[in-house]
Amino acid sequence: MPVSLLVFMAFIATTLGITYWAAKRSRGASSYFAAGRRITAWQNGFAVAGDFMSAASFLGVIGLMAVQGLDGVLYVVGGFVAFVTILLLIAEPLRNVGKYTMADVLAYRMQAKPVRAMAAISTLATIIFYMIAQMVGAGGLVALLLAGSGISYNMAVVGVGLLMMSYVIFGGMLATTWVQIIKAVLLSTCTLALTILVLRHFNFHLGEFFSAASQITYHQDGHSVTRDFLQPGLRYKLPHGPLDLISLSLAFIFGTAGLPHILVKFYTVPDAQTARKSVVWAMLLIGSFYIMSTVLGLGGAAILGPDYILAHGGTNMAGPLLAQALGGDVLLAIVSAVAFATILAVVAGLTIAASTSLAHDLWTNVIRRDVERRSREPVTVAQIAAFLVGVASIVIAILLGPASNAVILASMGMAVAASANFPVLALSIFWRRFNTTGAIMGLSVGLLSSVGLILVGPNFMGIDAPGAAARHLIQAAPLFPLENPGIASVPLGFLAAILGAKLTHEPTPEAKFNELIVRANTGLAAEKPGAL
Amino acid sequence: MHPINTSKFEREEWDRIAASQQFKDLLSLKKMFIIPALVFFSAYYFALPILIGHAPKLMSTRLLGTVTVGYVFALSQFVMGWLIAWLYLKASARFDALTKDILREIEHPPGEH
Repeated sequence: MPVSLLVFMAFIATTLGITYWAAKRSRGASSYFAAGRRITAWQNGFAVAGDFMSAASFLGVIGLMAVQGLDGVLYVVGGFVAFVTILLLIAEPLRNVGKYTMADVLAYRMQAKPVRAMAAISTLATIIFYMIAQMVGAGGLVALLLAGSGISYNMAVVGVGLLMMSYVIFGGMLATTWVQIIKAVLLSTCTLALTILVLRHFNFHLGEFFSAASQITYHQDGHSVTRDFLQPGLRYKLPHGPLDLISLSLAFIFGTAGLPHILVKFYTVPDAQTARKSVVWAMLLIGSFYIMSTVLGLGGAAILGPDYILAHGGTNMAGPLLAQALGGDVLLAIVSAVAFATILAVVAGLTIAASTSLAHDLWTNVIRRDVERRSREPVTVAQIAAFLVGVASIVIAILLGPASNAVILASMGMAVAASANFPVLALSIFWRRFNTTGAIMGLSVGLLSSVGLILVGPNFMGIDAPGAAARHLIQAAPLFPLENPGIASVPLGFLAAILGAKLTHEPTPEAKFNELIVRANTGLAAEKPGAL
Repeated sequence: MHPINTSKFEREEWDRIAASQQFKDLLSLKKMFIIPALVFFSAYYFALPILIGHAPKLMSTRLLGTVTVGYVFALSQFVMGWLIAWLYLKASARFDALTKDILREIEHPPGEH
């Protein structure tokens, strides 16, 4: 049996075992949605890291740096620094005020129905973009790695979808959390081992390593060029490069703090103090993982070279190819299995966040708000929602096919989170005058502007050279010059939210602000940990 | 500590706590840490894309061997983040102590003996 299959089988067996264990312990809503709020600080830190370190970071960032040098580093710095925002502003108030979702905090002072409905829409939009990116990545990875083994892109997508659905439907948040913890351990260990191997290639001589990275020779437009990969400018070129960089940085720093599947993790711990410590754990893991990724990216450029990577599966394959060069097929197999486990843990996190929002925000608090409910009802609805979300992702990922660009899809999710979710979340915690109109306007303008600007930007609009493969959906010059809409859509989201609140007068949200800040800062009346 | 039952809290109770000197002290103590930290890390973070985009020469300067200012600046972002996290953990011990006092006060109002 090939090693990759063995590693992967072991992962599946362990995680399904955990799911069975979690399903047996499950007691009602708080257990299903928030793991009974009994996850410890280090456990949640690992789970958040496991939830956040997606295939885009593991496969994408190494590839970007291996092909475009220092410019790729922006992708890792933003995701990490965003956790400082989460630590200082979001995690503790969220845990103290809310119950299961981001919308709990938004709706606290406002008219619950419209705010929750709108928040659920933007939550789902964020998750869908992110989820499809992961599924497409998983399918593409398998298709490349197991070429000739008979496992196709479609089979891989269905397999990932079925596994994530079983974790979430049967094991709820508890199983999802442990899948993410195991994945974080696997991914960190694997990255560390690869980093050591890269440095060993240069006899553990850092000077030699960096010197190799400063003279990378490859082909560009038919010419052989030599570039210093420790210098910027290979990806972000004039005229729009500098602005695009800032736009991307904005989307990353605010987007990460508005990702629904990250936010829900802070409800799984007993109190705000634990939430705080768990962010620091996550920062330790994510930071060291990203620092090592830069070494792997530069190592990929120095050891393999951009020509080789682009000829053997493209930027997403730089990490696995590096593993193959350094440790042969065994290491390639292990790294591929770990990459696959990475994707599984992230899609499970996305699925539970989506189903929680559908069940708790839409069903329990909008559709059936004034109806007497049976106690199991929210969980059953969430399980059905998870099933539907899973099926929808599988179908969309198959329809889009392996050729679609996973990084663009993920960045759309990030842009929506930054422009719609974050402004409204921050304003509802910190601004007394914020109200229902502001929340609705912020969410809808943030959502529409971020998605709209991506659709009229250079990723979707452009004129393909005659004879070249069609790359753009709309054959016309882009109306918006930047790849990432952040620089326009984040301020628009904030502006709409603030204007909406300024132009209307609502007494209740203002009067309830004292209650909110007392709860947010003291933990008074916060949800208590319950039975698992 | 016994859990405080807030289910019978009226608006006035929340307003009273929010207006209390102790709670105001807690908020200003938090603000004294969080606002400077936010300003500092935002400036430090956005300096990276701005300098990479607009001062590529400076960012390409070799600092140590072939290692450039840009790479060192990028890695220093991680150190900066960890440093703020560590300082915040230290500062939050004082927030927690103040919070405990506030909760004790709510449970046993001073004039109630």
